[in-house]
Amino acid sequence: MTPNQTDKLATQLINFLVAVVVLILLFLLGDIILSGFPHISWHFLTSPSSSFSAGGGIRDQLFNSLYLLILTLIISFPLALGSAIYLSEYAGDNWFTGLIRTAIEVLSSLPSVVVGLFGYLLFVIEFHLGFSILSGAIALTFFNLPLLVRSIEGSLHAVPDSQREAGIALGLSNWRTIRGVILPAALPGILTGIILSAGRVFGEAAALIYTAGQSAPILDYTNWNPMATDSFLNPMRPAETLAVHIWKVNTEGVTPDAVSISAGASAVLIIVILIFNFGARAIGNHMFKKMTGGK
Amino acid sequence: MDDIQSKLKSPSKASREDIFGRVISYTCIAAIILLVVSILYFIASRGLATFTSNHVNLISFLTGQEWNPGALDAHGHPQVGALPMIVTSFSVTVLSALVATPFAIAVALFMTDIAPKNGAKFLQPVIELLVGIPSVVYGFIGLTVVVPIIRQIFGGTGSGILAGTIVLFVMVLPTITSLSVDALRSIPSYFRSASLALGATRFQTIYKVLLRAAMPRLLTAVIFGMARAFGEALAVQMVIGNAVLMPHNLITPTSTLTSQLTTNIGNTIMGTLPNNALWSLALILLLMSLVFNLLIRYIGKRGAIKS
Repeated sequence: MTPNQTDKLATQLINFLVAVVVLILLFLLGDIILSGFPHISWHFLTSPSSSFSAGGGIRDQLFNSLYLLILTLIISFPLALGSAIYLSEYAGDNWFTGLIRTAIEVLSSLPSVVVGLFGYLLFVIEFHLGFSILSGAIALTFFNLPLLVRSIEGSLHAVPDSQREAGIALGLSNWRTIRGVILPAALPGILTGIILSAGRVFGEAAALIYTAGQSAPILDYTNWNPMATDSFLNPMRPAETLAVHIWKVNTEGVTPDAVSISAGASAVLIIVILIFNFGARAIGNHMFKKMTGGK
Repeated sequence: MDDIQSKLKSPSKASREDIFGRVISYTCIAAIILLVVSILYFIASRGLATFTSNHVNLISFLTGQEWNPGALDAHGHPQVGALPMIVTSFSVTVLSALVATPFAIAVALFMTDIAPKNGAKFLQPVIELLVGIPSVVYGFIGLTVVVPIIRQIFGGTGSGILAGTIVLFVMVLPTITSLSVDALRSIPSYFRSASLALGATRFQTIYKVLLRAAMPRLLTAVIFGMARAFGEALAVQMVIGNAVLMPHNLITPTSTLTSQLTTNIGNTIMGTLPNNALWSLALILLLMSLVFNLLIRYIGKRGAIKS
């Protein structure tokens, strides 16, 4: 075979493999949306789940997922921002910084089930928080931190040094330069990072099974007192999320319409994550254009 | 005089602000370090309890094939042989990485060299969407699509290493692909120009120049993918069958470290041997993720492109 023929053959092989990957994605999305969409109805989204009879909905699970996501972001964003500012603005090039980077890498490569078990051991058992939204949010924070730190650090790094020099030249302290000049400039990137990580948190289940628990008690959506046990705002109640619900109805198998519930719930999950993904890009682009004065 | 002296010697408003900022960011970083150390400490102390307080032999734990922590064997030792789970975990990890790598490198080459403009524009969202699909959804599709197909073709229950491999293949594909794209993009363009100027075809350039120059980083990409596959819990748990048996072929039900953990840790009592043995499995997972980490660092250091 001449080199030219080999070249053509290899190109065709690569094209074929790429086509297979694209087909896999199309099949996945098609399967999820097509098999799940017929099950999504107002009733499905707004009625509580039932374990032993068909026709249950996902109202509480959907709310729990969103509530958990918000709590997780409230805990993890300040921590991640502080750490990213340290790494990008204050850290010197020495062994200590190397140690920190290694620690973050280790944290990001830990399997999420190990992070969940650690949360279970420390918060559920040692601190007696029980299976609760709070334990779940803390476990998800551990899982979310390394990614968030890395993406925020990346956006801070992308701000040109001339901006820092300009701030210092105006007689501002380092901290005011960071707060007043660098953070606003890095905001589009930071927001994109947060929304993308929100998508991951929303779909995570392994870290939650033994921290937020696998039960969804009846909630009272009119009770705004976070201390009441049946209030939807109570952070100390066990809370099964949407992703955990899909896992549970498929593995424990007592719900008669498990397949249609999980098909519907998967479709809802994917649609929300798609919205996050496209939203992240749209917001990032929009803010970037607005701040740089482009059109 | 004293007034001026103290004014000059005391820190200015700006430097006080800066100290304030430093304290905040140092606290955050300290919290992360504390967190990592305590994860390592707690999992290790729990995981080692099997060997220190239950006096299980480490060798027999790693090589035993009988897993039934509640029962004793003929010699009065507890039956905690983790080998079936270790073998299964490694099999699904290695197999899925083997299947995924050619696809991942093909997609990466398509994006960087074959159709750099439109290919990248079109495939980037494809990769991002594949990353975005949650693992339970992969597990659910595996359970409703992959397992029945295997059952039809090969008979049996359909769950097992093959089903696990297929599900993990799709899950690690985007990880390996996006890191391979970075690897190929980091090769200086004069490598390509020089090869093409010598009259090499595109495939010769890819095969003899690009893949070799990018080899260390492609290897790290594959290891990243393997680390993800090794630690994946729910998707695998849903399709693997969850029977702690030594896998004899690819289509009999078996169990990985992660699936055993998710299935049983809630059904055992804290501090008893069955529970401690599960924590030992978690410790193996933790140690393996550290090993993957070390490998990535080692290869990264050895293989940096010198310019």
